[in-house]
Amino acid sequence: MSTAFEHPTYNYKVVRQFAIMTVVWGIVGMGLGVFIAAQLVWPELNFGLPWTSFGRLRPLHTNAVIFAFGGSALMATSYYIVQRTCQTRLISDKLAAFTFWGWQLVIVLAAITLPLGLTTSKEYAELEWPIDILITVVWVAYAIVFLGTIYKRKTSHIYVANWFYAAFILTVAVLHVVNSAEVPVSAMKSYSAYAGAIDAMAQWWYGHNAVGFFLTAGFLGMMYYFVPKQAERPVYSYRLSIVHFWALITTYMWAGPHHLHYTALPDWAQSLGMIMSIILLAPSWGGMINGMMTLSGAWHKLRTDPTLRFLVVALSFYGMSTFEGPMMAVKTVNALSHYTDWTIGHVHSGALGWVAMITIGSLYHLIPRLFGGTEMYSVKLIAVHFWLSTIGTVLYITSMWVNGILQGLMWRAVNADGTLMYTFVEALEASHPGYIVRWIGGCFFAFGMLLMAYNVYMTTKSIAREQEPVLQTA
Amino acid sequence: MDIGTFRGITTLLIMIAFLGIVFWAYSKRRKKDFDEAKNLPFADEDKRDRHDAGHSKDSAHSRHDEGDKNS
Repeated sequence: MSTAFEHPTYNYKVVRQFAIMTVVWGIVGMGLGVFIAAQLVWPELNFGLPWTSFGRLRPLHTNAVIFAFGGSALMATSYYIVQRTCQTRLISDKLAAFTFWGWQLVIVLAAITLPLGLTTSKEYAELEWPIDILITVVWVAYAIVFLGTIYKRKTSHIYVANWFYAAFILTVAVLHVVNSAEVPVSAMKSYSAYAGAIDAMAQWWYGHNAVGFFLTAGFLGMMYYFVPKQAERPVYSYRLSIVHFWALITTYMWAGPHHLHYTALPDWAQSLGMIMSIILLAPSWGGMINGMMTLSGAWHKLRTDPTLRFLVVALSFYGMSTFEGPMMAVKTVNALSHYTDWTIGHVHSGALGWVAMITIGSLYHLIPRLFGGTEMYSVKLIAVHFWLSTIGTVLYITSMWVNGILQGLMWRAVNADGTLMYTFVEALEASHPGYIVRWIGGCFFAFGMLLMAYNVYMTTKSIAREQEPVLQTA
Repeated sequence: MDIGTFRGITTLLIMIAFLGIVFWAYSKRRKKDFDEAKNLPFADEDKRDRHDAGHSKDSAHSRHDEGDKNS
């Protein structure tokens, strides 16, 4: 990278590195998603090899999109926002560089170990104990850089986005350490420190808070900075944002048991998880409304600004999936939806619609600024990307709704004598058309990321060219 | 203490904490501080290439993002 982009005050180098890797890991992770979606349509794509089987590639897909794509996006934006709203440089460039290279190493190790079948088998926490230790070290460094920068801020207030990022960083540290407590038996094999129902509860306390803090609180931090910036007006209500923050982080902690309805988990814990999940609707929608209302008086900008469109549609999907989530957490609904494709659809309504789209919108704002400009190379391509993402997400979630309800109904149907009306494989066969539509939706979304990569590449190139004569006269 | 009483007390405490946050956030005394905090994303805006000072008085215009001091 040329030093021509260097900012006099802020450390933009690490932000640029994370931002570029967000796009790269987005393509890898979503590409893998498309591939395993194709495996469900055409099982021959397993190639009969253990390393390319669905069971090994699926955790690689989830790790790549959550921790590689999402993690890089969170680190890029948090380092950018904390510097600009605290008006000071990161507390340590060296430590920030360590978080970048350390995090990339974690991702590469995941890409090697998961296809080899080295796994703890805990969902979203599959990586084995040596990698868990590395994650802890990198995460502590990240916390020091972020919180240290807030500590030496030049402004008197800590902007609300930083509160969300700080909560995300601290909570993920606690979640990771508690849930990854394990007993190593060899270099790449360990057993969980917990047993039975307690292990399941620890896992889903972690699992749901990975959604609540990694995929929600962190990205809300992104929302609270980039939506006002792109709309060119401050957030609708700062007071609401404070109530939103405290209500959201207090409630999310308790929602995990809804992943374990009708299991060996005690009934009271299941009911607690259900009630807390329903309460969660209020803070979630409070935040969504706060983001949406920021646009009041600026709605016309949506006509011309596809970046803003990404951010607003992300908020719409956020509102939709945070309504769907509490509904699915109700035990009677869960009896139908659990273990079906409805769950997968719900996750992707959040993951594609909210997480990926708010990230993409934020990056389209961020990337030209990191390279010294204000506009992407092609606004038209952003508009095309927007439609690809939206159509892709809608195809994905509608096909999974249909599949999920179909599976749920077929599995529970019984004959008059109490025997099951359908075999499992009959429900699987009926799901086939839905899998094809899901794969097409995934293709749309992943193709959009390729357009983004081209647009980003051309942006860095064209801005660099513009700056050349300036450099010569300087 | 029997479990029902304990649950009742925790519910009450959480309700008090929530109402406390709401009253604190919406109290008149905090308004000035929050208005300041609200504008932090626009506070470090770069003023390069803008010698016509007249424009910066217009607050809507000052929020217009002119990029950053990169070169």
